[in-house]
Amino acid sequence: MPILRRFLALGLLLPALAQAETFVFTAIPDEDESRLQERFGKVADYLGEQLGVEVQYIPVKSYAAAITAFRNNQVQLAWFGGLSGVQARRLVPGSEALAQGYEDQFFKTYFIAHQSAGVDASDTLSDALRGKTFTFGSKGSTSGRLMPEFYLRERFQAAPEDIFSRVGFSGDHSRTIAQVQSGAYQIGAVNFSVWESELEQGKVDPQKVSVIWTTPTYPDYQWTIRGDVDERFGEGFKDQVRQSLLEMKDPDLLASFPRQSFVPASNDDYGPIEDTARAIGLLDE
Amino acid sequence: MIAGSLILSGRGSSARILNGVCLLLILAALLALMGADIEVYRVDPWQELSRIGRGLVQPAWHDLPGLAQALGQTIAFALLAVALAAPLGLLLAMAFRWLPVRLLCAAVRSVHELFWGLIFMQLYGLGATTGLLAILVPFTGVFAKVFAEIFEQQAAEPSRTLPPGTGGLKRHLYTLIPQSWPALVSYTRYRFECALRSSAILGFIGLPTLGFHLETAFRQGQYPEAGALLWAFLLLIAGIRLWLRPRLVPLYLLAACWLLPETVGFSNGGYLWRFISQDIWPAALLEGDWAALQAWYGDMFSEQVWPGLVQTLLLTQIALVLTGFVILLIYPFASRALAGPVLRWPGRFVLLVLRSTPEMVLAYVFLLLFGPSGLPAVLALALHNGGLIAFLVANGSDAEFKSPIRRPDDPTGLKRYAYIETPRRFPALLALLFYRWEVILRESAIMGILGIATLGFYIDSAFEEIRYDRAFLLILVTALLNMVVDSLSRRLRRLARTDRACRY
Repeated sequence: MPILRRFLALGLLLPALAQAETFVFTAIPDEDESRLQERFGKVADYLGEQLGVEVQYIPVKSYAAAITAFRNNQVQLAWFGGLSGVQARRLVPGSEALAQGYEDQFFKTYFIAHQSAGVDASDTLSDALRGKTFTFGSKGSTSGRLMPEFYLRERFQAAPEDIFSRVGFSGDHSRTIAQVQSGAYQIGAVNFSVWESELEQGKVDPQKVSVIWTTPTYPDYQWTIRGDVDERFGEGFKDQVRQSLLEMKDPDLLASFPRQSFVPASNDDYGPIEDTARAIGLLDE
Repeated sequence: MIAGSLILSGRGSSARILNGVCLLLILAALLALMGADIEVYRVDPWQELSRIGRGLVQPAWHDLPGLAQALGQTIAFALLAVALAAPLGLLLAMAFRWLPVRLLCAAVRSVHELFWGLIFMQLYGLGATTGLLAILVPFTGVFAKVFAEIFEQQAAEPSRTLPPGTGGLKRHLYTLIPQSWPALVSYTRYRFECALRSSAILGFIGLPTLGFHLETAFRQGQYPEAGALLWAFLLLIAGIRLWLRPRLVPLYLLAACWLLPETVGFSNGGYLWRFISQDIWPAALLEGDWAALQAWYGDMFSEQVWPGLVQTLLLTQIALVLTGFVILLIYPFASRALAGPVLRWPGRFVLLVLRSTPEMVLAYVFLLLFGPSGLPAVLALALHNGGLIAFLVANGSDAEFKSPIRRPDDPTGLKRYAYIETPRRFPALLALLFYRWEVILRESAIMGILGIATLGFYIDSAFEEIRYDRAFLLILVTALLNMVVDSLSRRLRRLARTDRACRY
């Protein structure tokens, strides 16, 4: 009775009554965001077939929105980044990292520079970076914020605001590239996978912008599930979800992430991310 | 400050006071210019700008069903929110002489729709309720305030015909509301256009309105898609008078209920209590650790509240004065009396573009042009708000053009601009500018991409880091600041006696 429900939502300003047992998932907005509904709709169909329950995908606009939806049980499963996964699991006791992309075992961040900045590629973060303008990606991103900030602090023993003349947050990896390429910012930190796919698509002009440093590898994106799904969807449901994710082989589905395959992951894999987040003051305690 | 209060308190003609107020504002902006974070960097924007330009000239219309759905939901949220907020605002306006009502309205009004959206998202998830409330709550406060001001301006004679001791409700029903009905309706209509903009912008935080797709297209650099969305939104706003027929409104309202997105998978409403009893308070307060609490407040104040406050005020002041110049510069091009019946249309179109393009998009273009600093923020705010007020000022001029005030021997061209139109429009212009002051203040907050740490930048960071205690404190500070600015602008308006001139 969708109409009745809408009227309830409207008239009583109550949240709509939930459909009995729909399993809902979301994914943080990161790489190609166009046609999200269409692409993740296919993933929902696949999971629905495998799990034998109705599966729905809802799109979100920010890392924080994904975490909130997970915390409030609006979604039970989410494709998180390293940091957002850690934040979500801290807020929902009992939740678990199920699987990560093959590539996520050794993820990395590229520091990129506009040619006019005059910073050459090197094995360490160059002193020439001091005083330049710099942009992160999204504030809650692992590859666009957390790890680059960690390595900047480690190398210069100072906060980013004290190293650079200006520090911005572009909000997104594609925009980081566009802003450095246009010279709006001289230096940027970007997810290596987004950089490589944009390079491949010809969106990057190598004459103007190039990679000047690569971070050591770290674990990143993962599927995280709430701890209470077995109670709600039946014994063994969590394992079934894990199995379905690991067995996802259709390249068309995997291209949504984009990953070559999924491999098992656990909460402990993300210990280093949690420590890093604490070290730079993004998590309390 | 002393000179300022002298100018303000000096008894003189209203024109003199008006001049004093303007001088003071400009002086403050010049001072702010010295302290503000404004710088121009050498950039290389032409490749990106030409892609944006091409996208606007050759928009991609291939996803028409998706576009129609986004437009429909944008309208649905705006329509339902206004349909609920206007009567609520009317009720509150009748009780506006009570201080608690006034304070409540000022408080809900002083938080940006986007922040209301972020707050309600914690309680109701991503869905229709969140979107509706995010527009409904602040708009109710605005309606209450403006309706109450409209009532104040009505002649007192009809009310004297009522028997002595008639209650406030009857007084309103039988005299004040009928007296001011055209003004109430016209304001509600204008507010609906504002609601459309708010509704579109709520897409930035995840509601399925136009902003959702616009933001995606823009940040992915898919400018042809972004162009199509922007054009569609412009057409929607430009055509309001054509498609929003009073008789069709009930039908539209029914359709809007049908169009609202369903909330998926959100089952439990028990988060409200957790939110107000735990989430928004610092851990030290909940644990009763007073020393730690003091340290928390101390850190917040010295690291975020104070620097954010300073940056926000500086940028706002500059943007405000620049907005004034933008208005004076562009309103004549859209006025019938100055630009002529045909030539005003290009001017009107420019104003439509300026007021309908979200500031974020403008700010992004200026970021590409000038590099990251306060400059793109100030320009974006001044152009957007200047376009909006110039539109209202030009409307005022056109209304007078048809009226009997007009004389055949009125001068034309520049003389008319300098000696007739601008002096007549100026009090209203200033009143509008004061009204928009608080809006500019709220909006200067959304400029994180520019690397400028305004209050809004810190609020956004707090939400991203899931630190609602910080977000709550910062929103509180922003709201207080808004209330101060609001009461200051009311006082200035009284001094400049522009109250009766206009009310937007």
